[in-house]
Amino acid sequence: MMTMKARLQNVGQRVGQLSLIVGATLASHAALAVGNLPGGPAVNQLDLHPPVTQIAADQRWLHYFMLVICTVIFIGVFGVMFYSIFQHRKSKGAKPANFHESTTVEIIWTIVPFIIVILMALPATKTVVAMKDTSAADVTIKATGVQWKWGYDYLNGEGEGIGFVSTLDVSQREASDTGKPQPVDDYLLKVDNPLVVPVDKKIRIITTASDVIHAFMVPSFGIKQDAIPGFVRDTWFRAEKTGDYYGQCAELCGKEHAYMPIHVKVLSQADYTQWVNGKKKEMAALADDPAKVWALPDLMARGEKVYAANCAACHQANGKGGGPIKPLDGSPVVLDADKGKQVHVVLNGQNNGAMPAWKQLSDTEIAAVVTFTKNNWSNKTGQVVQPSEVVAARK
Amino acid sequence: MSAVIDHPGGHAVDHSHDHEHGAPHGWRRWLYATNHKDIGTMYLLFSFTMLMVGGVLALLIRAELFQPGLQFVNPQMFNQFTTMHGLIMVFGAIMPAFVGFANWMIPLQIGAGDMAFARMNNFSFWLLIPAAIMLVGSFFMPGGAPAAGWTLYAPLTLQMGPSMDAGIFAMHIMGASSIMGSINIIVTILNMRAPRMTLMKMPLFCWTWLITAYLLIAVMPVLAGAITMTLTDRHFGTHFFNPAGGGDPVMYQHIFWFFGHPEVYIMILPAFGIVSAIIPAFARKRLFGYTSMVYATASIAILSFIVWAHHMFTTGMPVTGQLFFMYATMLIAVPTGVKIFNWTATMWRGSMTFETPMLFAVGFLFVFSMGGFTGLILAMAPIDIQLQDTYYVVAHFHYVLVAGSLFALFAGVYYWGPKWTGTMYDETRGKIHFWWSLISFNVTFFPMHFLGLAGMPRRYADYPMQFADFNMLASVGAFFFGFAQVYFFLFIVVPMMRGQGVAAPKQPWEGAEGLEWELPSPAPFHTFETPPKLNASATKILA
Repeated sequence: MMTMKARLQNVGQRVGQLSLIVGATLASHAALAVGNLPGGPAVNQLDLHPPVTQIAADQRWLHYFMLVICTVIFIGVFGVMFYSIFQHRKSKGAKPANFHESTTVEIIWTIVPFIIVILMALPATKTVVAMKDTSAADVTIKATGVQWKWGYDYLNGEGEGIGFVSTLDVSQREASDTGKPQPVDDYLLKVDNPLVVPVDKKIRIITTASDVIHAFMVPSFGIKQDAIPGFVRDTWFRAEKTGDYYGQCAELCGKEHAYMPIHVKVLSQADYTQWVNGKKKEMAALADDPAKVWALPDLMARGEKVYAANCAACHQANGKGGGPIKPLDGSPVVLDADKGKQVHVVLNGQNNGAMPAWKQLSDTEIAAVVTFTKNNWSNKTGQVVQPSEVVAARK
Repeated sequence: MSAVIDHPGGHAVDHSHDHEHGAPHGWRRWLYATNHKDIGTMYLLFSFTMLMVGGVLALLIRAELFQPGLQFVNPQMFNQFTTMHGLIMVFGAIMPAFVGFANWMIPLQIGAGDMAFARMNNFSFWLLIPAAIMLVGSFFMPGGAPAAGWTLYAPLTLQMGPSMDAGIFAMHIMGASSIMGSINIIVTILNMRAPRMTLMKMPLFCWTWLITAYLLIAVMPVLAGAITMTLTDRHFGTHFFNPAGGGDPVMYQHIFWFFGHPEVYIMILPAFGIVSAIIPAFARKRLFGYTSMVYATASIAILSFIVWAHHMFTTGMPVTGQLFFMYATMLIAVPTGVKIFNWTATMWRGSMTFETPMLFAVGFLFVFSMGGFTGLILAMAPIDIQLQDTYYVVAHFHYVLVAGSLFALFAGVYYWGPKWTGTMYDETRGKIHFWWSLISFNVTFFPMHFLGLAGMPRRYADYPMQFADFNMLASVGAFFFGFAQVYFFLFIVVPMMRGQGVAAPKQPWEGAEGLEWELPSPAPFHTFETPPKLNASATKILA
């Protein structure tokens, strides 16, 4: 078993080398300046990602194992068929034989494939059991799929209490819309806040979602787990190498499905501890006092950031919306003298969740973004919404 | 005069009956059609039209994916294209095409005068037209067409605009049409066979359709239930699948795939039947292992009910669930393998020629088997975790649906087309169509395996740059494949229907057996009005 495994891995490396050669020759102008992204896709990659966890290594081995068996059977069956196609032709004077039944043969070619498929599935069984064993994790992180970003909350283990949102780099999203994105290695994979985990620790990822089904996928770790609203599911990995690893949302989740990447940064234990300490300080500093009274320009500046990170994907930077997405620029709700109306929509959503609820934002963030929309573009209401008003609206 | 639009020599056929029961003329012939041949023709033309509509959507998808970045459409529009491409191809193109074949061939093959319920037959076809209009018309509704993927997963469907309701209603109608069609086929096969045409002497195409019809009756109501629950979730305040009210989105997937997996076999079993008719004909040798073919078909149909959750390995099933569905799915390879072996044994020591129907049948075996093997790889739960919802899956199901079902349909058109129209197709053009399709198909879909292994998710409007070359290659292949089908229609089908070409003899294929070849070409408007007397093997009519 081990020698076969080693041999198959050898084959794998050779396939990898071949992929590089083929890739280099295939490279067209679109991918001219693009290189391989370590931890992400390689240019014209022909194979699964180089594994960084035991599970991913097992999956890769199983894939080679299946590929070899299937190729052998394919060549065997079609070898016979093509021999027949070339030899038993009328143009070569072949006379048709008369046989059309043989119970013995039929039984043999029912039982033999039966045994083969069972033998194929047996080695996979162990991996299935290992994949599903999420017990005894060192760090537990909840990954929440939101249209269209990932929220990460460290629930357990070192870093407990940390929580942040991870969004695709805005400039890359805009580059996609131009139709002529600059060739960069991490196109559509660059995020503002990567998920950070320690190396060689069992990380349990609990997935859920706040709107529709998403899927948390990191090919290098061999994990893909649907994030289902209203339910929690889990998966796990133990990364064996530090570095950056990339994945994308793998379940159709609406318009921006292609734009909610996953970036996992695996750090050494020391670096991770340092990151946790830094992050905790940062969060303490950022925590807003909802009783603070803000001036309009400060609130506008803060609101612009909140808008870009949360609202611009649908309502657009120019506030015009588009298609079923309502415009904010000139919207009666935004312009209404009763500030509570807009706060209510932002907090609770509208139209069956087409406009989602944004309860998860802080009071200050909601106050800031509502103030921003009320005083930006052609909207010049001069109204200021203070965090305390949002606190009141939540009750 | 069957599929012939305007065939000057056609009236010579079967004078004694044409006086009273000749083909009606004008639009009434088609709107009031009760003749299985006319209805079959309409089904086939309808499905080809939908193939073109779905094909245009596919090419729009491939045009957008030709390069990274959004050049033509926004992501919402892109999702509409992928969704509608899937729905139209499955429900509009492939399924009705096989019903068209069933209408034409089942009465001819079993020696029946027509389908059992001629008016229901008419109704089941004409239901498709409003359904198709509603489906395609949904692009022009506020918010555009449904964009939740052809699987219509909740709760994304709850966010869709009014077109979702139109789509659901269209699928209800198409489901009703399929059920009526299936009842018709079952009753025809069970009750209207000519004397001596026992079940185990029936051509395999009739057997595969009999089993398919039972599958349809079993699962179309399941789909109707799932989408009706979606509908009431959307409008009547229920929460079957809406987690906000305690519903379970994964339950939708279970119900959908309980329909969806048998549906896959609904689209491939009749293809097996067509191939099982063609390979013996061109090998000039009887089908090897007829009985085991029937049992294999039935086993596939039965197994198809217990494998659905292999589409859902990433939803987070318990370990026992994953193991059960993995093993059960692997088992389907056994009867499918038996079929491939039987076809190979049929060819072995035959006396083969390779006219276009045979080319498509052998092409089917070759390319469909590749789709079968990737299916086996996907069945392995640990590998599926890597490949689920990537382009590997897209490659897999196009290998079985395009190279499988569609190639078998082409094979069938070339094989039986002369019987339908009374005109031979042009052999050179047929061969061009085959090689053009086979090569461009592989150029389109083979690179998708690599994209999937490298982790490119499906239903993506834009993708990381590293995937650019294979996407470009796939797009180029797709356009070639698309044009091949336009060529097929304009230069092969239309000339046949217009009677431009050599007149087809009663029996154009040296080795073909069966009652359809006992009839003149084109098959007269009415056939087997009195049950024919058959020989012992039920393949010939005794004078």
